[in-house]
Amino acid sequence: MTDYLVLSGVLFVIGTLGVLLRRNALIVFMSIELMLNAVNLAFVSFARQWGDMTGQVIVFFVLVVAAAEVVVGLAIIVNIFRTKETVDIDDIDLLRG
Amino acid sequence: MEQVLFWLLAAGAVGSSLAMITGRKPVHCAVVFLGTLISLAGLFLLLYAQFVAILQIIIYAGAILVLFLFVIMLLHAHSGEGPVEKLRLQRPLAIVFSLVLLAGISLLFLQAGLGGPPSPEAGMGTAESVGQALFDRFILPFEVASVLLLAGILGAVVLSKKEGPS
Amino acid sequence: MGTPPLWIVLAITAVKGLVVLVVLLTAFAYMTWLERRLLSRFQVRIGPNRAGPFGLLQPVADGVKLFFKEDFTPAESDRAIYLMAPGISLLTAFMAFAVIPFGPPEIRLLDVPLLQIANPNAGILFLLAISSIGIYGIILGGWSSNSKYPLLGALRSSAQLISYELGVGLTIVSVILLSGTLQLSKIVEQQTGTWFGFLPQWNIFVLPIGPVAFLLLLLGATAETNRAPFDLPEAEQELTAGYHTEYGGMKFAAFMVSEYINLITASAVAVTLFFGGWDGPFVDQVPLLGVLWFIVKVFAFVFFFIWLRATLPRVRYDQLMDLGWKLLVPVAILNLAITSAIVLIWPQLGGG
Repeated sequence: MTDYLVLSGVLFVIGTLGVLLRRNALIVFMSIELMLNAVNLAFVSFARQWGDMTGQVIVFFVLVVAAAEVVVGLAIIVNIFRTKETVDIDDIDLLRG
Repeated sequence: MEQVLFWLLAAGAVGSSLAMITGRKPVHCAVVFLGTLISLAGLFLLLYAQFVAILQIIIYAGAILVLFLFVIMLLHAHSGEGPVEKLRLQRPLAIVFSLVLLAGISLLFLQAGLGGPPSPEAGMGTAESVGQALFDRFILPFEVASVLLLAGILGAVVLSKKEGPS
Repeated sequence: MGTPPLWIVLAITAVKGLVVLVVLLTAFAYMTWLERRLLSRFQVRIGPNRAGPFGLLQPVADGVKLFFKEDFTPAESDRAIYLMAPGISLLTAFMAFAVIPFGPPEIRLLDVPLLQIANPNAGILFLLAISSIGIYGIILGGWSSNSKYPLLGALRSSAQLISYELGVGLTIVSVILLSGTLQLSKIVEQQTGTWFGFLPQWNIFVLPIGPVAFLLLLLGATAETNRAPFDLPEAEQELTAGYHTEYGGMKFAAFMVSEYINLITASAVAVTLFFGGWDGPFVDQVPLLGVLWFIVKVFAFVFFFIWLRATLPRVRYDQLMDLGWKLLVPVAILNLAITSAIVLIWPQLGGG
């Protein structure tokens, strides 16, 4: 069971790397989804380890949150692109003093 | 057999997610991310979570990632990244801290020393068992989740509505 | 007799898959012929009648022609994805058929049911999952061609598929409530037998929800298979050929095959969910007759879809979206509510 958990850790770290290294808002967003997925894997592994359905039910809620997040997030990205013509998150610095 | 499948799927998931964070075109990233999602669904199947695996495909691959592709095509964003890195120390620091994080997580899991899992109950992870748990112990979060989805829909509508003459 | 060893099951499954593959490909070839002949009839033309008697060799001629066409890739296209897209379409089209039961489970070889390739206990969800993966073939094909018409076709198609998937999913849930199971073989078994001695216990006859759900599913299935009158992703007059404009030769053929196989699968799903699948007279005496009934029913649906194409004009894009979101989804939700109420009041109707 440890190998599943370590795998989920590896995927989570790849996700964080994507968030930190990439500057394309869409790819950053996909990396966040990857992190959520890695956590889902950990939850399902725990459900298997302890024979408890709670872990699998939590995945359902993570999916709901991910869906809501994607809908709003992509709408924001589209809006930013409309006004600034870019999806590079380093260029979105209007609030910088 | 199970071990072989696990290593194949794990390699698939790690490889495709690495390809995703290094890919140049967003569409390529989305396509390899589809590979990650499918490998993860396979891993869920190995963990006796068939309903979750199918949800993963229907919701993530069938709806969320399609939405991503839709937006990528709508924006015609080829690479979308400017030539200059504005925060100079970000790259090395990111790699260092990620490795630290990885070491921490792995250490935690290795220390826990989890043994072999018990043999699963009959029908674990089927739609029935997930439904039982969902509508019994988690009925309140379930209802709250529906409100969250409604809020998400409203948010998207408000955000993407064109400004009318006001 | 216990369960046979894994390798025997796998071997039998592989043979079953191969047989179904061949049958589906043949069915596809003759569906193109049938569609052209029937459309000609509807339009008071003659249709292809030169190759062989009644033009029966026309599919072969078409196949040979497509095989020898130049295999080109458009300039500046995304080569890897361009090649991948037809493959995804083809794969998902064939995979979806794997869970459809096309005969009674009594026919077994070494205790493995012969007339259904795979019988997962979430079969109907598997169908939904596969159909949602199938969208990628269209989107990626349209995007990677690096051309305006395919891109527009792909955008239309993905929007259409996402919109209608919701309504279809909700409609299928009401059938699941009626049957109390997600396993397609059990859904069919539940529909065997008769009411009052003559009316088959098919889901379509469960008044008032059966016919409503069936009509909703028919609407959604037509839209999801990109058939007329909802064939906007490939509207010839506006988009040349839609998402596969830039495809030629065998890659074009792959898209065509998957489109027709999807139509067969959609018909088979409608038959399975509402018309009792392989159920029919004398099946309990001669189980093999079930396959025949199944084929007859699926053929009736295919004929209906062709008829629909010949009869109805294409809807406008905003009408399509209105139909999906303002009719299909609300009515499906209402239908679902009524179904749950009915199953609650008469639990013997529901299987669970």
